[in-house]
Amino acid sequence: MNKNEIIKRLTDVFRDIFDDDSIIITEKTTANDIDDWDSIEHINLIGAVEEEFGMRFKMREVSGMKNVGEMINIIAERGN
Amino acid sequence: MKELIYPFDSKFILRKRRAIKKQLLADGTARIKKKIAVLGGSTTDDIVSALELFLLNFGIEPEFYQSEYNKFYEDAVFGSPELDNFAPDIIYIHTTSRNLTMLPESPAETPEQIQERLNNQYEYFQTIWTSLIEKFSCPIIQNNFELPLFRHTGNYDGWGYSGTGAFINRLNVMFSDYARRNNGFYINDINYLSSAVGLTKWHDAEAWFLYKYAMRAEVMPDVAYSVACIIKSVYGRNQKVIDLDLDNTLWGGVIGDDGVEGIDLGVETAVGQSFVEFQTFIKKYKNYGVLLAVCSKNAEENALAGLNHPSSVLKPDDFVSIKANWNSKDLNIEESASEIGLLADSFVFVDDNPAECAIIEAQFPNVPTVNLTSVSDAMYKLSRGGFFEVTSISKDDLNRSEMYSANAKRNAQQKSFSNYQDYLLSLDMNASITDFLPVYLQRITQLTNKSNQFNVTTKRYSESEMKTVAESPYHIRLCGQLADKFGDNGVVSVVIGRCDDKTLHVDLWLMSCRVLKRDMELAMLDELVRQCRERGIEKIIGYYYKTPKNNMVAELFASFGFENISRSENGDSVWCLDITSYAEKNHVIKVNEKEFSHE
Repeated sequence: MNKNEIIKRLTDVFRDIFDDDSIIITEKTTANDIDDWDSIEHINLIGAVEEEFGMRFKMREVSGMKNVGEMINIIAERGN
Repeated sequence: MKELIYPFDSKFILRKRRAIKKQLLADGTARIKKKIAVLGGSTTDDIVSALELFLLNFGIEPEFYQSEYNKFYEDAVFGSPELDNFAPDIIYIHTTSRNLTMLPESPAETPEQIQERLNNQYEYFQTIWTSLIEKFSCPIIQNNFELPLFRHTGNYDGWGYSGTGAFINRLNVMFSDYARRNNGFYINDINYLSSAVGLTKWHDAEAWFLYKYAMRAEVMPDVAYSVACIIKSVYGRNQKVIDLDLDNTLWGGVIGDDGVEGIDLGVETAVGQSFVEFQTFIKKYKNYGVLLAVCSKNAEENALAGLNHPSSVLKPDDFVSIKANWNSKDLNIEESASEIGLLADSFVFVDDNPAECAIIEAQFPNVPTVNLTSVSDAMYKLSRGGFFEVTSISKDDLNRSEMYSANAKRNAQQKSFSNYQDYLLSLDMNASITDFLPVYLQRITQLTNKSNQFNVTTKRYSESEMKTVAESPYHIRLCGQLADKFGDNGVVSVVIGRCDDKTLHVDLWLMSCRVLKRDMELAMLDELVRQCRERGIEKIIGYYYKTPKNNMVAELFASFGFENISRSENGDSVWCLDITSYAEKNHVIKVNEKEFSHE
């Protein structure tokens, strides 16, 4: 799976979770860039991403991801 | 909204909840507002956001208080200013086996020591409940406990003294005992729910380590739905009728083609046995006061022949309305509803034909449909759907079906009278109009919370609020029962008036629709005026608050002879009656002459 495809599907997940169709994500996007992205929504986001790509993040990864780019790298490695 | 009626897609709800909430809030439904305190032993945000959606869909607009993480005990026992100011209408204690602090530790402990652990653990929770009831006297919903997934000792864990599973099972029994002894205390049975879902799907240890989630995120909507069903039942928003198709729903085969001897019903065949089991299951709903109706595309004589089949558990008498004809089913639901005196929204529709279910869903978006693909599937959907969630059982629930059948006989008698007054006199009606006697308090609250049509203010009361009113010296309370030669209708009308010097404000005036047009409301007014005079009250102020459902009483006070004081743009109105020259209006019902048994 290439990064463009991942970003496309990931964008849909972000837009659903935050109910905002104007969200555009890049590898550099962090929680600071999206208003409603707090610790609770982070949990929901992780769950929805896991569901979308049929994989699970490891505990270290959940708390260690610095930006969307790192999320994409993990998905590229293990996602479907 | 179909997405929020069981069976729902939890993943869809978790992902789309913001959009769903927006859509619900924009749909223009009038909702009752309730303040719900959630005291959690784990992270409760996901439970709360799903609970909000389900409640909005049930017509309840919640406002939430959430305790800080794992501060359920502190909030309840030591109190918090935020919770006090919040003044909850209902409290939900979301605790799980993760919050058990006194589990057995060693097989060396004696049975007495384990028993003491159990008692201490129980008291820990009982302290919470006692303190909350004292402070807020409002309904409390408490989770029981799920079994853990991991066991050290194999099967022994479930029965040995030192077993965790055995400890949890015993504690759950103690919780149930408390619930049975205390009105307004309800168990949210996550022990059942976790078993139905499966413990391997329920538990998610990593989600606990990471987020302090006590269960997998995906099952949280199931937990929330279960709580929402209890809450909507407490506030009288259950469905009331199961409307059933016949061919391939109550028996196998098509009776019009196969004949009564050709349908598959009876323990002789597997398919026949499945329908016997389904009918037995449905009949049990009737025992709890759910009304049954038939909605079938059939000639009526065939429908009746099928229900009179020797193996049919359900007989024609079990149904309050039988529609067997070739009309479209949405018309038949509408007709059954008006015959019974209910709104079509209070029906649940069961049919093996998905096309019929689709028609009903299109015409009545609030009517849940169960598409019967197999008998067991339908029973599971009815079980988990929570359409008829029971939170209390009154005497009326047990006799409801008979009362509606008596109504059918009255309608038949009415046809033989040309003068309506003569018909009313022929019914030989006796009413009992009393204060709120303790034995009726539960029924009065139940009726108050579910009456929508003949209800001028639609004010709702919890059981404890009603108890406060019942003990207040500043209120006039009337509880009306009506019986006639066809049967006893039980408690059918409730009036609450608040005294303010020489004025009485009518806070509540409602009547069950099954006694419409019997002059019961006039008998209630006569009694209200009599009691007002005893207290030196000179005028009565009546209030009409318009809702989408109570149009039938928009002019009730006018019909009583009240003068209109004001009318608002939103349809509300205020009325006044000077009672100094009031003359009695009821001439057909004998009041308080006959003994009513107050058992």
